[in-house]
Amino acid sequence: MSSIGTGYDLSVTTFSPDGRVFQVEYAGKAVDNSGTVVGIKCKDGIVLGVEKLVTSKMILKGSNRRLHSVHRHSGLAVAGLAADGRQIVSRAKSEAASYEKVYGEPMPVKELADRVASYVHLCTLYWWLRPFGCGVILGGYDRDGPQLYMIEPSGLSYKYFGAALGKGRQAAKTEIEKLNLSELTCREGIVEVAKIIYGVHDEAKDKDFELELSWVCDESKRQHEKVPDDLVEQAKAAAQAALEEMDAD
Amino acid sequence: MAWQQPMDGSHASGSKAAAAVADGPGTQRTQYPYVTGSSIIALKYKDGVIMASDTGASYGSTLRYKSVERIKAVGKHSLIGASGEFSDFQEILRYLDELTLSDHMWDDGNSLGPKEVHSYLTRVMYNRRNKFDPLWNSLVIGGVKKGPKGEEKYLGMVNMIGTHFEENHIATGFGNHMAIPILRTEWREDMTFEEAVKLVEKCLLVLLYRDRSSINKFQIAKITTEGATIYPPYSLKTYWGFAAFENPAQGAVGSW
Repeated sequence: MSSIGTGYDLSVTTFSPDGRVFQVEYAGKAVDNSGTVVGIKCKDGIVLGVEKLVTSKMILKGSNRRLHSVHRHSGLAVAGLAADGRQIVSRAKSEAASYEKVYGEPMPVKELADRVASYVHLCTLYWWLRPFGCGVILGGYDRDGPQLYMIEPSGLSYKYFGAALGKGRQAAKTEIEKLNLSELTCREGIVEVAKIIYGVHDEAKDKDFELELSWVCDESKRQHEKVPDDLVEQAKAAAQAALEEMDAD
Repeated sequence: MAWQQPMDGSHASGSKAAAAVADGPGTQRTQYPYVTGSSIIALKYKDGVIMASDTGASYGSTLRYKSVERIKAVGKHSLIGASGEFSDFQEILRYLDELTLSDHMWDDGNSLGPKEVHSYLTRVMYNRRNKFDPLWNSLVIGGVKKGPKGEEKYLGMVNMIGTHFEENHIATGFGNHMAIPILRTEWREDMTFEEAVKLVEKCLLVLLYRDRSSINKFQIAKITTEGATIYPPYSLKTYWGFAAFENPAQGAVGSW
């Protein structure tokens, strides 16, 4: 990073001589330091999971959610600055609502991902704005089946079979690659996602965390919702058991 | 019915459409409905609330549409039935869809029950009436939701001027005149579903005989803790051989 500190990183409207926009890369750093966020596309739907780092024991359980519903059929998981994420969620909600109002049918997930990405990208184009300090994973279910997208602070958006953001993303991605996603059901998927998040959690460095899980699948009637409490508990138990087994080896 | 006539009485019945056009500065709001549905009958029974209506919609006094659903489910715990302007009902359904969508997105384990939906609609209806642009409907909201005192049944209505109340049995439109007396004498809190269907069918049949804008194609819906069920339309057996039907003009001599 030879250009750091030479004045090329002060604005999103300034390129460095080697063609980079440092402010956007810094925004990426904010995402990389976040708790891990995982999304997988299973046979029958999407599972999203978040390792929500809890900064204080006095915070009420279940607050500062990082998993949000966008319309009935899709959901967003936020890595990075949670407050920036809420801005993206609120934009995604209004895009989805206005699409349905105009066209009389739910917004295709692809279209939603494109619109959200455009919004995120927009914030990298003007000197009076700063890029979003968060990346989002968007999961949804439409007539083309379940789909998963990841949108980065630069406005880049790709469609994925499995995606991960945050501190443990590398380890999480290697774990996702081991899964047989075309055969995996969401019911099995939530256990795998829980295992991955428990597995990448760094107990030594990080404080406590809370596991957030949501899904859109046939079992949830193609609606995006929190995974029912009993299933979350089962997944947690399975994840902890798997961890202990690993430690024993 | 009275609400289908121009309110100032200055227009001949044939030129209703012309009155909707604004004359002079300012705008003129809907002064009477175009496509209307007739009565809704609803009552509480043992396990929940039952609601019934015919599936007709009239264009003025012409029976224009014969299979429209005027009873719909709202969220997980409620049913709504509407008489009056059909397009206004469709608009109300859009409002309710918006409401249940935002409720869904909170995903906090709470959901809007019939009480909340009813309360919301009373505000919408009264607000529109105060803008002199009413939604031309009588709405019936029924539902069941688990509350602090266990399962709570709810049945309420609100009309185009925002008047609203709760009752054990409700009938709108012509039903308010023809069905309420029947319901008052025959309704019981602990009716089974079968008994409730019988009572509702009795009301519908009376309405079919006496309300010119009702048709012989009915829909029944129920809401219980299990959720909403809207049954497919069916017809009732009629008997037109009653003495009073033989010579209808006999008892109605008229004033000229």
